[in-house]
Amino acid sequence: MTLGLRIALVVVVLVVIALGAVDWMLPGRLPARMRSDPGQAVTARLIERGEYLARAGDCVACHTAPTGSMFAGGRPMPTPFGALYVPNITPDDETGIGKWSADEFYRMMHTGVSRNGTLLYPAMPFASYTKVTRADSDAIYAYLMSVAPVRQRNHPHELAFPFDNRDLLLGWRTLYLKVGEYEPDATQSAEWNRGAYLVQGLGHCAMCHTAINALGGSSESKAFEGGMIPNQNWYAPSLTSNREAGLGDWDVKDIADLLQVGASHRATTYGPMAEVVHDSLQYLSDEDARAMAVYLKALPQRQSEPPPTSQARLVDPTVLETGRKVYATACAMCHGDEGKGHPPAFPPLAGNQSITMASPVNSIRMVLNGGYAPGTKKNPQPYGMPPFGQLLNDQEVAAVVTYIRVAWDNSGTPVTPAQANDLRRLLPQ
Amino acid sequence: MTRLRFSWTRIAAGSGCAALVSTLAFASLDELARSEALPAFGDLDSIEARTQGCVTCHGRRGEGTKSGYFPRIAGKPAGYLYNQLVAFRDGTRRYAPMNYLVGYMPDPYLREIAEHFAMQRPPLEPQPPEQVDPVLSARGTVLVTAGDAQTGIPACTACHGARLTGMEPGTPGLVGLEPTYIVAQLTRWKVGERHAAEPDCMQRIATRLSDTDMKAVAAWLSRVAPPTDPTPVSSNLVRMPLACGGQAVRP
Repeated sequence: MTLGLRIALVVVVLVVIALGAVDWMLPGRLPARMRSDPGQAVTARLIERGEYLARAGDCVACHTAPTGSMFAGGRPMPTPFGALYVPNITPDDETGIGKWSADEFYRMMHTGVSRNGTLLYPAMPFASYTKVTRADSDAIYAYLMSVAPVRQRNHPHELAFPFDNRDLLLGWRTLYLKVGEYEPDATQSAEWNRGAYLVQGLGHCAMCHTAINALGGSSESKAFEGGMIPNQNWYAPSLTSNREAGLGDWDVKDIADLLQVGASHRATTYGPMAEVVHDSLQYLSDEDARAMAVYLKALPQRQSEPPPTSQARLVDPTVLETGRKVYATACAMCHGDEGKGHPPAFPPLAGNQSITMASPVNSIRMVLNGGYAPGTKKNPQPYGMPPFGQLLNDQEVAAVVTYIRVAWDNSGTPVTPAQANDLRRLLPQ
Repeated sequence: MTRLRFSWTRIAAGSGCAALVSTLAFASLDELARSEALPAFGDLDSIEARTQGCVTCHGRRGEGTKSGYFPRIAGKPAGYLYNQLVAFRDGTRRYAPMNYLVGYMPDPYLREIAEHFAMQRPPLEPQPPEQVDPVLSARGTVLVTAGDAQTGIPACTACHGARLTGMEPGTPGLVGLEPTYIVAQLTRWKVGERHAAEPDCMQRIATRLSDTDMKAVAAWLSRVAPPTDPTPVSSNLVRMPLACGGQAVRP
């Protein structure tokens, strides 16, 4: 064999390997095992189940524009990389998903690849939806095909260079996408497994409760450890740390209530979580809400973050006195002198992890803007907290948040007027 | 069913409104403690306790607070208040602090909140006398009580009631509102930022008002003596000069 032939052979082999790699990373074709059962009849029951599952997946929250038709898309979704415009998923043949097959829908849910083979941006939570079973995907498909088609063209994304190049998603997918349906853990109960399936799959809880890094990905090793929600400026607490929203010492009933009712004896939902409860979780069956609670309660507790040192907890006595005075004047009526509240109407502040967790963002925002728990089937007349931003200056806001973080044996740390001022500049949302 | 839904992106998307006013309404905590702008309620299981989220801006009984912007809502027709709450929830009326607070509330609860504040009758405080330019004052009197036929502006009293306490079910009372609030709302209507149900009579009127007219009306209204009877007038007792969608009777 001549040298030239050898070189040519090596080049050919390398090209074949490269093509194979690209083919493997671009899941453009549909593997045979994904084919649906053609005998599956679309029954009213299947559509109904699909609607229930679509709600568990909260499709409506993103795929419906503020003043638009249901599922017709068009809602701008600001991301750190630019604005994405959510697509039309009504069954319109031209502008929606009317021509999609159940196979193509499943491939999209399972691998994040659109009907025409383009890679979806991970604002679509396919890294979670990949856990959804084929049968559930088919039910959601049947439901979406049953809603009224709306003719509305998709708005092109407005992403900054280089994020407008979808080829970059190959890298993202290699790092953060693990394709695969949920596999039950035989050592756990059926209830735990059902909860895990909902939390990890359709619920896509990790989208907020696992920190998003600079690449817009969340790493599995940090699952449910909490993080700031990009562009919303609320802090999604850790579900695994007892210092934050770790649920290890909660009653299952309180966790289920928080998810399904929006308020419980331990805490109440506001902001982005109130939206999730309103649009999605309130429609869960009692059994499913409880299953999610059982799974969340059993998440391994991590001591990733040591409690603050006594040095870090030191508070200037004049600040503490201002905080105490503001509390007695403005807060005690609803939350009580001892911070016990009137749960579930007015949540307790003493012993409430969401008050003492490392990030004071949510507490400061609540003082500035107030907030109402979502109106739900089980709590149709929610109680709420008024905004105090127009009554208290930055020093007073910082002092009262500091006070509730350290009073009644709470183990939080002081906050500064600058932190209050930063959040005052944001619109309530 | 297309249920319009409020979300945070909507606020970011277009609201021309400022964030909460930054000037503080009270000089000290002691003064704040004596005000009607802090939560207080009797029975926990009551609509009063459930609407504590409203009090720091609108007062305990909906009388408004003296910050110069937050309006009196007490005694306005329930239909009007309900329409506003729905519009704030759905984002068709934009004011970020309100959009945020009522974003996830069902219709029947918004109706209940509206009816609660419509029933309140806190006393109207006499307005402090204010020096107003006599020309402006005369223009205000004309616009409020007689209108301007030449420019096609009906009198405020023609729809908002002879006592300016509003008309059932959808036309708000104008007594007890601060001039800054009135000018701001008329301006928002004029520039197309605020809308009412079609036919939007207020939009037609606002586009006919000059900036001076708005100031004149606002100044006049802020100095009007509180009526002895603050109740809104009954629905469509008088023939209204313009058709108003807000007055349409709903099933």
